[in-house]
Amino acid sequence: MKLLLTGAKLIDPSQNVESRLDIFLENGKIAKVGTNLAKATKSKDSEKITKVIDLSGMILVPGLIDMHTHLREPGYEYKETIASGAAAAVAGGFTSIACMPNSNPINDNRSITEFIRRKATEAALANVYPVGAISKNSEGSQLTEFWDLKEAGIVALSDDGKPVMNAGLMRRAMEYAYSLQLPIISHCEDTNLSADGLMNEGYYSTILGLNGIPSIAEEAMVARDILIAEFTKTSIHIAHVSTAGSVRLIRDAKERGLKVTAETAPHYFTLTDESLQSYDVNYKMYPPLRSEDDVKAIKEGLADGTIDVIACDHAPHGRTDKEVEFEYAANGISGLETSLPLSMDLIKNKTLNWKELITKMSLNPARILNLPKGTLQTGADADVTVIDPLFNWTVDVQAFRSRGKNSPFNGRQMQGKAILTIVGGEIKYDGR
Amino acid sequence: MKFERKDILGIQDLSVNEINLILETAESFLEISTRPIKKVPALRGKTIINLFYEASTRTRTSFEIAGKRLSADTINISSSTSSVVKGETLIDTARNLEAMNPDVIVIRHSAAGAPHLLARLVKQSIINAGDGAHEHPTQALLDMMTIKEHKGKFSGLKVAIIGDIEHSRVARSNIYGLSKMGANVVLAGPATMLPRDIEQMGVKVFPHVEDAITKADVVMMLRIQLERQKQNIFPSLREYSQRFSLNRNNITLAKKDVIVMHPGPINRGVEISPDIADDPSFSVILDQVNKGIAVRMALLYLLTGGSE
Repeated sequence: MKLLLTGAKLIDPSQNVESRLDIFLENGKIAKVGTNLAKATKSKDSEKITKVIDLSGMILVPGLIDMHTHLREPGYEYKETIASGAAAAVAGGFTSIACMPNSNPINDNRSITEFIRRKATEAALANVYPVGAISKNSEGSQLTEFWDLKEAGIVALSDDGKPVMNAGLMRRAMEYAYSLQLPIISHCEDTNLSADGLMNEGYYSTILGLNGIPSIAEEAMVARDILIAEFTKTSIHIAHVSTAGSVRLIRDAKERGLKVTAETAPHYFTLTDESLQSYDVNYKMYPPLRSEDDVKAIKEGLADGTIDVIACDHAPHGRTDKEVEFEYAANGISGLETSLPLSMDLIKNKTLNWKELITKMSLNPARILNLPKGTLQTGADADVTVIDPLFNWTVDVQAFRSRGKNSPFNGRQMQGKAILTIVGGEIKYDGR
Repeated sequence: MKFERKDILGIQDLSVNEINLILETAESFLEISTRPIKKVPALRGKTIINLFYEASTRTRTSFEIAGKRLSADTINISSSTSSVVKGETLIDTARNLEAMNPDVIVIRHSAAGAPHLLARLVKQSIINAGDGAHEHPTQALLDMMTIKEHKGKFSGLKVAIIGDIEHSRVARSNIYGLSKMGANVVLAGPATMLPRDIEQMGVKVFPHVEDAITKADVVMMLRIQLERQKQNIFPSLREYSQRFSLNRNNITLAKKDVIVMHPGPINRGVEISPDIADDPSFSVILDQVNKGIAVRMALLYLLTGGSE
């Protein structure tokens, strides 16, 4: 299929482009970017096989990449499958997603990685990049076969959902992975400090009588991982940063030139622990929603580049996981279909400009995961997201493509939405 | 004043007027329990379910007696005898109970917020009989009723709550209630038992018991859960009783007419010395139990439309 997209404003941080340009997609690649491509194409295209789409008023960006999702298959198909997760991704504007290994069984060997890739190919929606486990069964005691997993197709390593509590094992993992150019994504949580905590430790946990998770549970391990990265001259990517202290530690590490990158999720710059007052389990997540001061620090970290990536930590759950007492409810939010508009609020509240936002939602995740993506350069894969910045809509979880209907944003008024998601030159989502 | 509330989930939600109405109604019920025939027909034909997911003697018995003295039919379900052991969810249990058309469901649960979940789901009135470390509104109301009887007022009273504040739903409910009614609430306990940012609830916090009880009108001692020792929240019962208990020596710091309260059950010799607990010149502990029935009668009455 040939596609000519005209009239949109192109924003491509990889080439520092932000202007009205036409873009021509052919054979799954970006064939041409320029002005008035319609004329040039029409004269050559006598058989009229090029589909022309007028996108006046729209914003066209390199396909968005979410480097932190949970697709639940194999094992928890009632929560999500690779196909339903990929459908949610394209509906949310994501052309590529990385999925964490905490399925059942855990993605700690070649056969699971291959299974995930096969399911993703069958679904033929978004590109799905598996993340392999650092330790066997993510138990934190024995390394997985990094080489074999890499050959099978993983793009990163993580025991996400759990921390690697053993600092010695983490050190070995970081050294070994670095030599393979496999990034390690660290779920930072000192479980001795988080213990049986259910929400951020502070005034609201005190009045709600729920066990608190102190910010230092995250920060102690962020500090540890930064120290290991420095000592071993390796790199580390910090997952779902939620606290002011983590932002400070990462900023300091970057200033000292260490190879530390970090991500946060939309809920950490949108919501605070005050929301938990209703005991609504949709606000229960790990790391927990933090305080006003933390939200402010996360925004500052996004603005000054301390936080490189926005990734939604898509954590779909079934009704049975959430329709219980707060204490027993599963952690997480089904995030792929609300991540972009929530992140666009950062433009409205002047935290980021468009180029910075797209850098964090496409270019930076591509760079960290070593994917040849995140750009609209001629010859690149034709992964494109078209955004209607003024599209007004109301979140309705029942309309989610994801099987996970668990979202604290249900009913929220949004402005902005992906209306066209093109993967490899093919339209995979059309919400016009 | 008409009582418009569907549920009693916590003291946090109640207004001063509502608290006054509950206390006045309870006071009018006190006398019933002293009659030879301890029964009035106010709630005849009403059904009250006591749904207890956590062990309780005092509170469950108190609710049952309160219902019976008002002629309601009371049914007790505790987690060991119900479908809970078969793995039924709270939501399913609630919907099944709802289908049986009771008028009030009283719930105690170890998970904070469980009564709120129930209240959202079912049309019946819910009374929180204690949810995790969150609230225990009927305990705070009976405590307030006891204080009111002995002191005649709340405003200007210094009330010291001592012990494991972190895990205490009694402390939270009393902080809300007594502060609303104009008392000055102060807290003391080991630093490990004082939850973060508790000062934001409008209380003063002291590291030493002596500072908190000095010139206090009311001293409320909290039960120390013996299993907390394993969680390293305090080193030993010996040290706790030496430093944080109420005894003959430190009670002299309080006002002469101080009253001593305890929500029970008491660990004698741990948080309170037996001679203080048993001394009628200080201790109103059994009086609290007595007031508990009247307060629960009042709530059942008000929730089933008794104020109309």
